[in-house]
Amino acid sequence: MNAVIVNNISKQYGKKKDLIQALKGIFFEVKQGELFGIIGPDGAGKTSLFRILTTLLLPDGGSASVDGLDVVKDFKAIRHRVGYMPGRFSLYQDLTIEENLEFFATIFNTTVKENYDLIKDIYSQIEPFKNRRAGKLSGGMKQKLALSCALIHKPSVLFLDEPTTGVDAVSRKEFWEMLRSLKEQGITILVSTPYMDEASLCDRVALIQSGEILSVDSPEGVINAFKHPLVAVKDNNMLQLLNDLQRFEGVQDAYPFGEYHHVVLKDGFTANAVSTYLQQHNYHQPDVQTIRADIEDCFIALMKTGE
Amino acid sequence: MKQFISFVKKEFHHIARDKRTLFILLGMPIMQILIFGFALTNEVKNSKIAILDQSNDPSTQALRSELDASRYFDITQDLHSYQEIEAAFKKGKIKMAVIFPARLANDLDHFNTAQVQLVADASDPNVANTLTNYATAIILDYQDRITNNRRLPYTIKTEMRMLYNPQLKGAYSFVPGVMAMVLMLVCTLMTAITIVREKELGTMEIMLVSPMQPFKIVVAKAVPYLLLSIVNISSILLLSVFVLDVPVNGSLLLLIFESILFTLTCLAFGLLISTKTDSQQTAMFIALTGMFLPTIMLSGFMFPIENMPLPLRILSNIVPAKWFYYIVKEVMIKGLGITAVWKETLILTGMLLFLLVLSIRNFKIRLA
Repeated sequence: MNAVIVNNISKQYGKKKDLIQALKGIFFEVKQGELFGIIGPDGAGKTSLFRILTTLLLPDGGSASVDGLDVVKDFKAIRHRVGYMPGRFSLYQDLTIEENLEFFATIFNTTVKENYDLIKDIYSQIEPFKNRRAGKLSGGMKQKLALSCALIHKPSVLFLDEPTTGVDAVSRKEFWEMLRSLKEQGITILVSTPYMDEASLCDRVALIQSGEILSVDSPEGVINAFKHPLVAVKDNNMLQLLNDLQRFEGVQDAYPFGEYHHVVLKDGFTANAVSTYLQQHNYHQPDVQTIRADIEDCFIALMKTGE
Repeated sequence: MKQFISFVKKEFHHIARDKRTLFILLGMPIMQILIFGFALTNEVKNSKIAILDQSNDPSTQALRSELDASRYFDITQDLHSYQEIEAAFKKGKIKMAVIFPARLANDLDHFNTAQVQLVADASDPNVANTLTNYATAIILDYQDRITNNRRLPYTIKTEMRMLYNPQLKGAYSFVPGVMAMVLMLVCTLMTAITIVREKELGTMEIMLVSPMQPFKIVVAKAVPYLLLSIVNISSILLLSVFVLDVPVNGSLLLLIFESILFTLTCLAFGLLISTKTDSQQTAMFIALTGMFLPTIMLSGFMFPIENMPLPLRILSNIVPAKWFYYIVKEVMIKGLGITAVWKETLILTGMLLFLLVLSIRNFKIRLA
């Protein structure tokens, strides 16, 4: 059975004049026990989607179900069994760690003791500070507490809206390890993130942009679908280099990517062709190497074909 | 039920940990009672007056000492000419001048009539009015005494008795007023803010995605403020009885019951505001303009409703504080029972139910 089914969901905000189409009729399914990533930039519609699935918003069109329950009709039942962690830290800042956790446990008709196993790995890291107020915690600790609170009632589906935004690299890595181990316990996890590099940590990902799903696949699947040759190019004058690259007939697309420019070539062209072209244009020793596409390259390519 | 208790406990934590707000909530009624009781009083006491005595005979001296002896007046200045009167007023030192014409005692003895002029500073009309009334009363009193031995033909005397408040103390009217004001502030403003704060902080988002029924959230939010209000009611009553000497003439139980009824009405109004707003600032603004101002202006506490133009008089009927103010006055000051205030009680109950139903129907079970 699928834990989450999204069927032609659409959502718009605002009145006629400045109508914003946040979700434009999207489809996807999440399998039981899957770690499913929703990857897209800010404003792509991730939060709207999460709010619809957690029964906080009503969709304007289409239907969706969580755990076999309709998000509109059975919203009360869904609220009993899902865990939700909003993008913004939303715990009580003036309560201590322990009070927050106990409060959420009672609200969900359970006790900390009952489900301690589930959160032990996460909670034990912040337990030494359990008498500290939540407002005084560091970003990473807040995140752990929020996750513990969202998990305390042993939800069947866990919704995490941008849990790693604004969290340092080490905490991010830890956080994803925690998600991995939660997945082992059979919890279906939907996580949204604007960071492309986190896509590879998911079982499957949905790439979303401007309210539309560009692709739903496993991270490898997404990358494998990238068929064009891709090279990374570097030289002293990067701006000039980009201009020159875009003028080359074999180039389908070129864009800055970290310290390199990534160049998507038309079929039949290779790194050598790029090297030759650049040398003809007074670049002495351009650094050109063939690389494997990553999720971000795929995302950019999908975005451009969408347009 | 366990959910509910735990939620109420959490609310108490919020209140107890915000020491400054708690201090204001509990200190405000005490401050207001003390300020109204001792500083902001519309009673006229120890007003400074000047006397221009052109006669200086036994009669004027007697009048002068009568005025000075009363607790309303302090004679601070003796004037010697008409020109000095205006100068004294301009300096702002005196509120009233009493002018005795020349040969006052002589006129009184021989013509059976004499005149005294009172000149008052009417830049504050109420004070000027009160002062001249007091002075007239004192002078009439004196006249009564000197005519006591003779029989005058055709005299009508007015005998006055001030019921319920024989000393005409301001406290008798402002204690009910302050009670209405404080309960209104604590309940309406604080409940409105506390729910909207959860929206602002995003905690409402999590609370909604939980088995906790929205109805319970709302009630749990109101409980601590109800208790806080009961503390405030007690401190106001204690202060008014023991510090301001305003007795509770009627049934204390009825008074407390009515106060709780009013508190609940205010809470319901606060809830209604919170369902309609998304920021603490808006909530505060609406609570203040929607409840605080009408409470002060239209409850009859500061300004008599009878003197208002008809539209305002009609409007005052929808202000809960008006009814509460009336009830407290009847019960606390006049000592009347439920039979005297059942109509007003019913009106308040109606308002409570109306606001409660409206706010529960308006409570959003989703974000938008």
